[in-house]
Amino acid sequence: MATYNTNDFRGGLKLLIQGDPCSIIENEFVKPGKGQAFARVKLRNLKTGRVLERTYKSGETVEAADVMEVEMQYLYNDGAAWHFMDNATFEQLSADANVVGEAAKWLKEQDICTLTLWNGAPISVEPANFVILKIVETDPGLRGDTSGGGGKPATLETGAVVRVPLFVQQDELIKVDTRSGEYVSRAKDD
Amino acid sequence: MTETWQPSASIAALRRRSEILAHIREFFSQRKVMEVETPLLAPYSVTDVYLQSYAIEKPPQSVPLYLQTSPEFAMKRLLAAGSGPIYQLNKAFRQEEKGRQHRPEFTLLEWYQPGYDHHQLMQEVVQLVMGVVPNLQLVYVSYRKLFQDNLAINPHNVRLNDISPLMHKNGLGNLLEENDVTTCLQVLMSHVIEPTFPDNQLTFVYDYPVKQAALARIRADEIPVAERFEMYIGQIEIANGFHELCDAEEQRERFRQDQVMRCQHSMPPVAMDEKFLAALESGLPDCSGVALGVDRLIMAALELHDLAEVIAFANDY
Repeated sequence: MATYNTNDFRGGLKLLIQGDPCSIIENEFVKPGKGQAFARVKLRNLKTGRVLERTYKSGETVEAADVMEVEMQYLYNDGAAWHFMDNATFEQLSADANVVGEAAKWLKEQDICTLTLWNGAPISVEPANFVILKIVETDPGLRGDTSGGGGKPATLETGAVVRVPLFVQQDELIKVDTRSGEYVSRAKDD
Repeated sequence: MTETWQPSASIAALRRRSEILAHIREFFSQRKVMEVETPLLAPYSVTDVYLQSYAIEKPPQSVPLYLQTSPEFAMKRLLAAGSGPIYQLNKAFRQEEKGRQHRPEFTLLEWYQPGYDHHQLMQEVVQLVMGVVPNLQLVYVSYRKLFQDNLAINPHNVRLNDISPLMHKNGLGNLLEENDVTTCLQVLMSHVIEPTFPDNQLTFVYDYPVKQAALARIRADEIPVAERFEMYIGQIEIANGFHELCDAEEQRERFRQDQVMRCQHSMPPVAMDEKFLAALESGLPDCSGVALGVDRLIMAALELHDLAEVIAFANDY
């Protein structure tokens, strides 16, 4: 069982807290006047995304979580699970809807995304920050409008709905920021 | 080529720092408090269980030497020798982890006023601090009232059974240990009570539980309390003061208890400072003393949040 001492604590370190893998967001050294020293840590539960706080006595050890991030190619969805492949080893992994979560609406076959693995099994999927997707449905915009003001909803090939400027048309490719879910620009098919 | 040689603090911040240091010296000069310097390197150290000093690896004459965690013992020897009111503005070293509010090497202001009790000294601290950090709301509150108002317990006689539900409720249950009410009180103070102090408040907390007396004298009320105080600006502890213990026998006994605790925590024993004890035996005048973290004070004055922003080279190691 790997462990970390509080002296090793730093942002990004992965700990096992009450059976769940967590990542340190912030670590603060606390020492009450004339008293014992503590490490006060803010963590993100990597399974639920919830933020929690813990305090440990300075020098205490905490179990490490075997967590790693890998880049994988999204292959296909068989109706029950999403399948991914490591392009270096050709090893394949599958993840269910609980794990893929919100990322599902940005995943296009063959795109590269980041999987967080805990003890070798996926616990979360992050799409690339920017994805290029085709518009499958949107109202025709007003002629002559070339600005971005106002906008209209557009449904993308993955099912996601984003607001696009009026001049963007059905069947066009657009670049979207997956962190905000916002339209960035038109894109060329290359 | 990629060496980051620049200071961690801005030149503007260092200029303000220099002005504040000048202000402190002027404050004491006007009050006829003598500036003194005592050794940073000495053959004794504190016995405090939670204060570790740095030992020098190859001392001259093979006498073990320690970097001082505070100038307290040496300054009390000066008081016993008849110095009258004294202050020292100097570096102190504590083997601590680094954080936004902690550095292993820091600047400490320590001063002593013969004939003062801890309340009189608190008033003098206010005058110094208000001259450096203006517009603070002043609040004096006893340790007891603080715990009664915030957590509905009396910190001077609370038992582990009564305090453990509060620890669990605040997500601190993992820190509970048998017979260790003191740690619980300290953690509840730092995690639950201190965060309620408003940013612009200058808070003095006084009359501590006797188990947290350190070098303060104990007042024999129906429930005895230690005549100790701590000062906060906002949520940050800046100073710690005592109506000083003058009784050599009691001082020796407290050192002994520290040594027992150190032993229980498998920590190396530290030689008691016999010169300090001898000075107490010869007679330390009734006095109060306070140690104030100067870097933290400057940080508060400049409304900054990391010591590295007020210390020239805080990130070289």
